[in-house]
Formats: sequence, structure tokens, C-alpha cells
Amino acid sequence: MLSLGQDEIAKYPFLADAGQYLRDKGFSLEQFGSDPDLKQLIIKAYERIEVAANGQIYKSDLSEDQVLKQSALPREVFSFLLAIVLLKLSNAHTLIKRFALAEARRAEKYLERDLGNISDESKKQLAVKVINDLFSIQVEKIEDNFVIPISDYIKHSINFHEREWKLINRHVENGLVFLSSHETVRLIRKELGSYINLKINNSKTPSMIPGFEEYVEKLVSLSKKFSSVIVTTGEYPPCIKHAIEVLEKGENLPHSGRFMLATYLLSKGQTVEQIVPLFKNAPDYNERVTTYQLNHLAGTSGSSTKYSCPSCEKLRTQSLCFATSECENIISPLQFGKRRIS
Amino acid sequence: MNEKDIKFLENIFKKYYFEHFDLFQSQERTNQREFGYQKFNSGMSRHISLKDSKELRLMLIQNVPSDVYCSNAYYSFPSLPMNEKEWLEADLIFDIDAKDLDLPCREKHVVGICSQCNEISQNKQKCSKCSSTKIDKKSLPCQICIDSSKKEVSKLVEILVSDFAISRENIQIFFSGNEGFHVYVFNSQFQNLGSRERSELVDYIMFKGALPEKFGMKKFKPDRNSFPDFSEGGWRGRFSKFAYGSKSNRSKTISGFLSSGYSNFQNTLDEASNQIGVKIDPNVTMDIHRIFRLPGSINSKSGLVKNQCENLDKFQPYTDSCFHSDELVEIIANCPVEFKLKNKKFGPYNNQKISIPTFAAVYLVCKNLATVA
Repeated sequence: MLSLGQDEIAKYPFLADAGQYLRDKGFSLEQFGSDPDLKQLIIKAYERIEVAANGQIYKSDLSEDQVLKQSALPREVFSFLLAIVLLKLSNAHTLIKRFALAEARRAEKYLERDLGNISDESKKQLAVKVINDLFSIQVEKIEDNFVIPISDYIKHSINFHEREWKLINRHVENGLVFLSSHETVRLIRKELGSYINLKINNSKTPSMIPGFEEYVEKLVSLSKKFSSVIVTTGEYPPCIKHAIEVLEKGENLPHSGRFMLATYLLSKGQTVEQIVPLFKNAPDYNERVTTYQLNHLAGTSGSSTKYSCPSCEKLRTQSLCFATSECENIISPLQFGKRRIS
Repeated sequence: MNEKDIKFLENIFKKYYFEHFDLFQSQERTNQREFGYQKFNSGMSRHISLKDSKELRLMLIQNVPSDVYCSNAYYSFPSLPMNEKEWLEADLIFDIDAKDLDLPCREKHVVGICSQCNEISQNKQKCSKCSSTKIDKKSLPCQICIDSSKKEVSKLVEILVSDFAISRENIQIFFSGNEGFHVYVFNSQFQNLGSRERSELVDYIMFKGALPEKFGMKKFKPDRNSFPDFSEGGWRGRFSKFAYGSKSNRSKTISGFLSSGYSNFQNTLDEASNQIGVKIDPNVTMDIHRIFRLPGSINSKSGLVKNQCENLDKFQPYTDSCFHSDELVEIIANCPVEFKLKNKKFGPYNNQKISIPTFAAVYLVCKNLATVA
């Protein structure tokens, strides 16, 4: 565990051991429910979640690395810890996800500032250490750039769907990727979110504390706002249409294309018997082999692993993607034609 | 393939396994690899674990396989089913194949065999005898195919060395045994990358997915200074050499880019991908559970050997990878195109009985263009 100073805990509250922090400060959760002064912090915690739920970043009392008032520091940490208690009590998973993401983005700002800090080496070192310890990325500074090994970069960048994160769109030299401090920190946003999410999910749910009920109920009704219904058009995406056309013409569809078609149709609920005839025009068709392979993909024979349909990105690399404007914003052929209705 | 042809090839292959076992390269950490093999006219046997090269030799001699494979991955338990093997890491592998290079010469040396009536002709779309569209294509690659594939290998190695900082001693190049090359990278920072991560390396190497902004062309208020310089490293440098041609052309070319606009620039990048991107088979590099043709083994698509190219420029596969004897054999050959092996020209043959050296007979029988008389 990193050893943290007071203002570091306020910036990165998720790094602290919550129970220990409260004990060190001499507080119990019950006090927050009953003491009118402390109760203000529950309101603050609720607001922190509400802001996150709306996709915004909680505006901190910490500004420009300078702490306004000494008392603001513990308040910052308390509101974070109490927010977690409220979330656990309300058991609202969508809110936990949104909260974790917003908190990650908030921490990201501080990390970026600390990383780029030229006057205070210790702040920079802490940021480098957080990135290194939590996400196993070796960051080094070369002149104005932060450089990380290509393999570390890719492990994180594949979580982004924007093309600018592709390795091809990066300055790569000598086995390293060159980034700005902003990009370095942005690279770990999702993992930072997952880390906070996991930390919340792994923390124990306390029993209801008097004084907390009202805010827990408010959170339960807030979470209902974010549930939605998904409808589908049932139309095949262009990659699948193309694969079917190729087969219908009796042309050869590469192994990767057959894999895509089969896993797509299996995921959509078709049976092996329904799919086999699709391949009968293939130049090398053999019913026995096709059935065997489909059963293998479906997980009904062999290793019982059910294979999933490849992502759009993988299909692009394999030259199997024939995207149209209707494919915008999807990352898997299985999402094609799905619409969310809130 | 008929029994007589199988018997003929098996005898030749067996002889090779006896006499040239030294060509089989001992694989690093043999006991952590998965091996597999195929016999003529039969399915794949895989999930085989071998302790050392002695066991490999035994497997070859007992089974006389047509093709032998070995995983690029290392496993704790290579002989268990795939999801119990416990994947540890995998060498980075690349496959460059002449058939993926869109070469115009292919038209001249690809032969179609009808799957319905076995008619052999140069018509690749439809059988001229029975009109079936199920045509099995066989290529008899020419010097252009080999030279073009070599060029791709050199482009790949240059990127591996300068962009990925891989030292040359960790790169090994092999002739695939048919119409391309296999490149292995050992001990790199990429050993433990999964399939999705490897597909990012693939796109990088193939120069796929480049954004105009990153190569100088901004969508709004484009600026001359953001275009790459001739001397830059990485893809920006390679792109500038492709686009400008010479240093002195830089200014003129950029003016052209600026006047033709953003979306045309994207087209230029796509065109560059075709021209300067390395044409590797993406599926091979992305596959971290593949069993890949074993170095030193024979490729049954041609009878030629997958052997290492110490000096790529000088390497001549149709001489250096041809290990069978000169002894004459009688075959009935039906091969409408000419080919060259061990510096000798053969063909075309029109369903005729001929007497030719074993190495050429093996080549034709493997391609299904001849049968033993």
C-alpha cells in the first residue's frame, strides 16, 4: 500500500482504507446519522453521487492543488466514504458504476496535474507510483513526453474504441509509445473506474444506520431513472449479410468469415441444424465436418467452450467488416439494430 | 489422393525424416509446446506433448505424417484440452503469403481443379467440363511471387527492429514450404500479449486505421507544419517517403493535400496502406493457440521443406528447400503451366506419361497435378 499524506487522500480517497480512516479520525458511522453538523456530510455524499449519476464530475473543494481550508480535506474524504456507504445500502449497481467512473475522472485530473508537475518531484513520483502499482504500467519521462513500453500501452488502449488510440496513430519508437501527461492518465481511466468499482463492490454492506434511510430511498428512486428497455430490428448486420452472399454464390469464405457467421447465428439462438445448410455451397463442403465444427463452436462437443462472435474491431483487422452508417457506435455485430428506449 | 500416390509420398517423406532429421530445429522449451500432425487423407491429431527431439523423431518415424505442427505458445500442460492447457505465453509469429499480395503473375500460374469432375484447367471460376463452380485452386508460384514475398519480409523486419526494438538475433525467417515466409520473434516484450492486443500490432504493421490528423491533416484549420518530415522515424517517416517521393517535393505535395481536403487525404492514407503496409496474414499473428508448421518439416502442399533463410536475399526456395532425390520416376502429369525446380524447367504436361526426377514428381503429386504411373 502507498503511504499517503493528508491531501493525497483527499485527491485519491479510494486508495485509503475507509474503516481505518474513520477510526483514525475518531468517528463512527452512527455519528454521521445522528449529529446534525455531521449529517451535512451525508447530504454532500448524496450530492456527490447525484452529480456522478448525471455524468458529471463532482466539483471538489480542493482547487489548483491548494487546499482552501484545512477542514476541507477530511470533509472530502468523508463525503467519498459516506457515498460508498449510501451506495452499498441502496444496492444500486448502475449508480455504483456511474459513481466509480465519475470518481475515476475526478482523480484523473489530479493525476494529470501531479504527473506534469515540474516544481514538485515528489508529487510526480507519487503519480508515477500510482500508475505503476495499480495498473502495472512503467512510465518514464523523456524530455516533454511520457513513454511507456508498447506492450503496456496496448493492454490498456484496446479498451478504447476511438481510432486515435490505435497504435498506428501514436508516436512509436524503439519499443516505446510517446504520450502527453493527459494521454498517459486518460489511458487508465477505465481501469481506474473498474478499480474503484471493485473496491466498492468488495467493501462490506453495513446494516441500515439511523439517519441514512432518507438518502438511501432517494438513491433507490434515482437509480430507476437509469433503467431502460432494448428493442431490436432483427436485421442482419452488413458483415453477416456479406458472408451469406459469398456462400450463396458458392465462393470461398475464409475460415475467419465462417467462424464469424457461425458464432453470430449461434448467439442469435439458431441451432446447429439450422446453420449447416448455409455452408452447402462452399467449395469444400462436407456435412459431417461442418456439423462437427458447428457443434464445437456451440460448445456442445469438445471442450464445451462456447465461442463468442468476434468484435467489430477484430473483423476490421480480418477485412470482414463492411460497415454502413447503421453500424455507428456498435462494437460487436451482435449489437446491430439494437435501440435503447429509456 | 489415391492409395498409390499416398504410398509413394509416404516413402519419400519417411526417407526425408530419416536422412534430414538434423534440419528439424529443436524448439526452445519443447516440453511446454503443443505438437500436432496430419497424415495423408486424414484429419489432424493435436494436443501432443513431446519431451525432446528424440520423441519428435519417434513420432515422425512411427506415423510418417504429411505435415507436422508445433505451437508458438507455451503451456503448463500442452497435452490437455485447450481450456485446461494453462497458456503461459506465445512467440510472435507472422505469415507472409504470395497469394495475399494481389500479384498479376498469379493469373498465369494458378491452376483450377474441379471438385466435382477433377478436370484440370486454367479456368478458375467455373469448370470448363461440367460447369461446377466448386474449384480447388493450386498455385505453382514463380520467381516474382518469391521476390515480392521477400520484399514484404524485409519491410516487416525493418518495423520490428526500428519501431518495436526487437534485436535481429531474436528474429528468425523461414520459407513456408509453399509460397511464402514465416517470421518468428522470440523473447520480446510481446510474449504475454493476448489475441486482441496482437491485432493492434497487426494493424500497426499493416498500416491500417491511420487517422488524417495524426499524419498532418487536421479537419479544421489545417496547418502545413503538422505534416511529417522526411527524416521522421516510424510510420510518419515512412508515409512521408511514400507521399513526397523526395525531400524537395515535400512543400509541393503538402500544398496538394491541403487543396484536395480531408477526405481525399484519408483516401491517400488508405492507398498508402495498400502500398507500404506489410501484407501479413492477420489471423496467424492474432492466434495465440495456433499450431504452426514445424521448422524443418515438409509442406505437403508442395513437398518442399520449411527451412530457415540465413540470408534472405540469396535464398532460393525452389533450390534451397528441395531435398528429394534426382532419381527418375514415372508419373502421369496433367499440369497446364510451366514451373522451375532446382534450376530446371518442367511442364506444361497434358495428361501424359513422363519420367522425371523424384523432387519434381513429388511437387506435382503433392499439388494433385500428377499421379504415379
